Amino acid sequence: MRRDLTILIVEDLENDAVLLQMALKRAGIKDHVKVVDDGEEAIAYLHAKGKYRDRAKFPFPDVLFTDLKMPRMSGFEVLEWLRSHRECSIIPIIVMSASRLEEDVRKAYELGANAYLAKPGRLEELQNIIKVAFEFWALCEKPAPLVQS
Amino acid sequence: MRRDLTILIAEDSENDALLLQMALKRAGIKERVYVVADGVEAIAYLRGEGKYKDRSKFPFPNVLFTDLKMPRMSGFEVLQWLRSNPECFIIPIIVLSASQLDDDIRKAYQLSANAYLVKPGKFEDLQKILKLAFEFWDKCEKPTPPVPHC
Repeated sequence: MRRDLTILIVEDLENDAVLLQMALKRAGIKDHVKVVDDGEEAIAYLHAKGKYRDRAKFPFPDVLFTDLKMPRMSGFEVLEWLRSHRECSIIPIIVMSASRLEEDVRKAYELGANAYLAKPGRLEELQNIIKVAFEFWALCEKPAPLVQS
Repeated sequence: MRRDLTILIAEDSENDALLLQMALKRAGIKERVYVVADGVEAIAYLRGEGKYKDRSKFPFPNVLFTDLKMPRMSGFEVLQWLRSNPECFIIPIIVLSASQLDDDIRKAYQLSANAYLVKPGKFEDLQKILKLAFEFWDKCEKPTPPVPHC
């Protein structure tokens, strides 16, 4: 991925969002990082609704990290929404969840997640995972966005 | 990915298949590698048909690398088949193609490829990509295949 990407993090727990941002920074990933705290905010962001209308301030993301269990609207619902709004397609969509439940993992992939990472307990491991994830996705081809909602 | 994985490569070019196998080996990936030459063979393998009936000799794969442009049946058709046969799901499915066309990339993801890599020109780069792919997918959660599957 180019070094001017926009990363959208969908994470309801403030501590986890902070850790993820720290891990990104320590992994040398200096891209724009935007954080929203649940699925509804994520969809508002993707749809450029309300405060997210200004695409200069809130550019359409190139990468999405999403938690699953969130208030108001879950990560699964975000995935479902993205699936029915192809014009807002993002590659990659990486689920980042504390859940290792088989049914959650399966459902995420079925709903179109490209990958699923379990949140590690230690910052160092998180940093390592993030670094590998970015290096890999930097090499992958991704389609040009259709219409950036 | 666990160290007892099975990798299926769908690749019609004999040279490319050989390079891929060599690159996997040099990247330290010691899993079992099976190569089929087109989409028809890939599906026969996945369905355990014909010579692929013996699962002790041809185990169901955990990883699929597929080219796109292949005779008889393309990589897109393999993806479509996998999508309509969810009992045969594989994660990850990685397209490895010479094509950089946006249409091909988009279509592959829409047909549920997990990732899309362009075949690099240099062997060293191919090795690097494969090593990174395995490193990343090793860290990912993947659901266990449904029993029975394919």
